[in-house]
Amino acid sequence: MAFSNEQLERYSRHIILQEVGAKGQKKLMDAKVLIIGAGGLGAPAALYLAAAGVGTIGIADADEVDLSNLQRQVIHSTPDVGKAKVLSAKESMNAINPEVTVNTYQEFVDASNITDLIADYDFIIDGTDNFPAKFLINDACVLSKKPFSHAGIIRFKGQLMTYVPGAGPCYRCVFREPPPPEAVPTCRQAGVIGAIGGIIGSLQAMETVKFIIGKGDLLTGSLLTYDALKMEFRKIKLPKAKNCAVCGESPSILKPFDYEQAVCKL
Amino acid sequence: MKLTVSGNEKEYADGLSVAQLIELEKVETPQYVTVSVNDEFVESGAFAETSLNAGDIVEFLYFMGGGQYGF
Repeated sequence: MAFSNEQLERYSRHIILQEVGAKGQKKLMDAKVLIIGAGGLGAPAALYLAAAGVGTIGIADADEVDLSNLQRQVIHSTPDVGKAKVLSAKESMNAINPEVTVNTYQEFVDASNITDLIADYDFIIDGTDNFPAKFLINDACVLSKKPFSHAGIIRFKGQLMTYVPGAGPCYRCVFREPPPPEAVPTCRQAGVIGAIGGIIGSLQAMETVKFIIGKGDLLTGSLLTYDALKMEFRKIKLPKAKNCAVCGESPSILKPFDYEQAVCKL
Repeated sequence: MKLTVSGNEKEYADGLSVAQLIELEKVETPQYVTVSVNDEFVESGAFAETSLNAGDIVEFLYFMGGGQYGF
């Protein structure tokens, strides 16, 4: 497929990069990425991936835009308050890049629909804020052999890791079970600085681009942590857990399931 | 003995256990922290009986949620 003159201009800063080139740009345009959560992490990830020309981007979120979202969820604007987040996100993404096909899923993602949802995509971004959802995404991606980027943010801190089937530990290797509700602070209780979502969500977009073009080292087997107050990044090596319940030697989790403790509200 | 804890090398008492280190370092939500020693996870039930040795590299891994909700 030849690029149009407009595409050559739009993607010129990519195409000129040795690591991307016309071949890498074509891979981006053929890629399908699913973003679960159109919030603090999903917003920057969706904007950068749309701008990069990722051909198909799915975005799943059941919520509507709230005024208190706008401090960090930069894909939504003040006139979008009350609108479905997935529609607001799609409009912003297509305003940047009309070439991108944006599939919207205004629904709660749970064990009943996640396997079908991820089936059509090459890479999944976890932009959720709750542990039952994070474990669900991990288990479904491990069981369906889908690579994904996990991330979490709170206050002035964030962290992320990348799972690639057969190439390192999964989220459950590190964090065996969700903590009980209220045991660890959520952003609602603890607060979160808006730019943390921008930094960590953009790093998720970067991992996605690297995976698609097949260049560089991914955060497989590593957790990258960022402390904004100390202005410190640390890359911590993560081992694989042989006894991991989903990716270990004798797994006990054979299909995705929902934790009962909290509604898996995306 | 010297240990490298969260990337910082410091002097600690000989024979320190993982559980004692968690207390000493004032780890947040200690009951839910994941600990690795020399790139191997320590089972949470074994923190008290796992002694650390000079030169060990210890990392604490914390649960971290998201920033999606406003309310």
